[in-house]
Amino acid sequence: MTGPAHTGSYLSDPRVRPMEWLPWVLALVCYFAAPTYLPLGSYILIMILFALSLDLILGYAGIITLGHAAYFGFGAYVAAILAVRVTADPLIGIAVAGISAGLLGWLTGLVILRMRGLTLLMLTLAITSICYEIANKATALTGGADGLGGFNMKPILGLFKFDLFNKTGYLYCLLFLFVAWWLVRRIIYSPFGASLTGIRENVARMHALGSPVYQRLVAVYTISAALAGVAGGLLTHTTEFVGLKVLSFDLSGDLLVMLILGGVGRIYGAFVGPVVYLLAQDSLAKQFPEYWYFGIGLMLVLVVMFARGGILGIVDRLLLRIRRGNT
Amino acid sequence: MLTRIIACVASMIFAASAGVAVAQTVKIGLISTYSGPTAAQGDQLDKGVKLFMKLNGSKLPPGVKVELVVRDDAGANPDNAKRIAQELIVRDKVQFLTGLVWTPNAASIAPLAAEAKVPFISMNAAGVGIPYTSDYFARVSFTLWQSSYPLGQWAGKKYKRAYTMVSDFAPGHEAEEAFIKGFKESGGVIVDSVRVPLAATDFSAYMQRVKDAKPDVLFGFNPAGKQATAQMKGFADLDLGKAGVKYIGPGDITTDEELQGMGDVALGVMTVHHYSAAADRPANKAFVAAYKKEYGANLNPGFMSVGAYDAMQLIFDAINAQKGKMDPQATMQYIKSYKNANSPRGPIAIDPETRDIMQNEYLREVRKVGGQLANVEIEVVGKMVKDPWKQLNPKK
Repeated sequence: MTGPAHTGSYLSDPRVRPMEWLPWVLALVCYFAAPTYLPLGSYILIMILFALSLDLILGYAGIITLGHAAYFGFGAYVAAILAVRVTADPLIGIAVAGISAGLLGWLTGLVILRMRGLTLLMLTLAITSICYEIANKATALTGGADGLGGFNMKPILGLFKFDLFNKTGYLYCLLFLFVAWWLVRRIIYSPFGASLTGIRENVARMHALGSPVYQRLVAVYTISAALAGVAGGLLTHTTEFVGLKVLSFDLSGDLLVMLILGGVGRIYGAFVGPVVYLLAQDSLAKQFPEYWYFGIGLMLVLVVMFARGGILGIVDRLLLRIRRGNT
Repeated sequence: MLTRIIACVASMIFAASAGVAVAQTVKIGLISTYSGPTAAQGDQLDKGVKLFMKLNGSKLPPGVKVELVVRDDAGANPDNAKRIAQELIVRDKVQFLTGLVWTPNAASIAPLAAEAKVPFISMNAAGVGIPYTSDYFARVSFTLWQSSYPLGQWAGKKYKRAYTMVSDFAPGHEAEEAFIKGFKESGGVIVDSVRVPLAATDFSAYMQRVKDAKPDVLFGFNPAGKQATAQMKGFADLDLGKAGVKYIGPGDITTDEELQGMGDVALGVMTVHHYSAAADRPANKAFVAAYKKEYGANLNPGFMSVGAYDAMQLIFDAINAQKGKMDPQATMQYIKSYKNANSPRGPIAIDPETRDIMQNEYLREVRKVGGQLANVEIEVVGKMVKDPWKQLNPKK
């Protein structure tokens, strides 16, 4: 076992360590301690779920993509169109959003995962652009550049109403994030997860071992797309509005940045990155509404230059130094 | 001794609470576009707001202060804008929402404002149907129907065949619909209509199609800012003027802050709009002079700056009317009967039934005045025009 223990792998102990409960405790503390921050909080939870889905394919399976917003946006639009035209029940909406994004992930994955490296990167970009243009042009269905709104979500299970303070929305997002985290964790600690890491580290060797590389990649890509679709559906439900931005290249880029900021290939990087990035963005945008992008840019440059492995990478190095100091 | 301490503490508490009662702070949430490719429009709003605050920021009842909470929506980005508005309402507890370059953003916020009972004043976003979706929405800017419908009626009498080219989002569709209705009523024929993606920066391919269709007149609409210059450039690059096509549209296509950069190709372009920096009303001359003093002699205020300025005026008037103790319902009542005879664009008022703006619409032509391009007002095509669309489609 090389590398930090909490990145997870088939060989390490799959039991949940006490530290791993920390994010959930913090999330619940935030719910009670900062009730006016819940709209932002829900958005952060959604982005964590989205980042988690990206971490699964980028961090573990090594699929480099700049087009993950396609599945997020597809899920968001499916949830919105469903709410406008069929039913505004949130749980059905999430299920349909997740399944249809998964289907799209499977179909596109079948095509693009035959490639690797730069070609794959270009193809993922192309898929996002195609989805974006379809949403932009199919105004009757998607509202085009005006976005799609004017629907009100029904209470969850007929009991919990979405409110202005986003209290329901926050817990709703937290619940789905928890399920997704459990699922991703199971995958990573399974033999399937180990084979993904193998593919990332040495494809030729996995082929030599007789591992069905392509099928494994398609499978994980489908799961990841479905999770991204769920995240998109959650965004639609909590804001009751969806705009073209959810399908944009910018969003894929921002997401990648958040994940790199937190640390790639280690589950909790997907938790730390969005929190730091979005809180920094929120406070910078408030203090300098005109120049806040500069602050974000500076932060990124510093992380890339001095903190390889993201914020969790720094934490690892610090812990290592402390341990060495003790012995 | 003890009684003295109690008295002392009690008087301090009293003083403190009295202090709270006197020092009223009215919070105004301002959502505008400060980053991204359309920051130029946000800059126009910002300049209008800052100019107002500099000239009139202290004209408030004694003890009342105004605090602006400014947030960036980064362009036409409705779900993001809605979240920002939600935060302004929940976290910052603003008593007014204002700003908004973009119709999609304003449309996503409007129902939220009604739910939270926060008066929401659009400085620019012109989507015609928004007031119907929210009782707490009012507009000081304009609707496309106000300008494009009379323009269509006017153009239909002078020209036979028209081509329309609009940005593909709600205000663009409204401009197109209004112009076509007016143009046909006056006996004109529409050759073809094209909708350009909102993010387009190159219009030459679309202009080529216009050139091939050989219309008498091209009706254009874009969300002003740099796109106005880009569309004019497309018109110039294909020499449509020489091919005998007249370029017309609402004032967005020759917006004053961009006009100098468009060059002489803009000469002769006819528009209908509510504001021109070249207008010789005394209120406008004073406004333009103050603007140039603040931001430089070469900069002209565009209609968005005026919209922002007038919106701030309305908000300040509402605060003064209630002496800083804001009650949302009373504010909306006040806004419904609001009149301002001295806006830089002439007299304006809010239509009590629709909470939309009423203002004069002017027919203008781009001419050279003192070596500079200017939107010269030729005639008033409508006095205190109510939004025609709402006259045709009353709320059920």
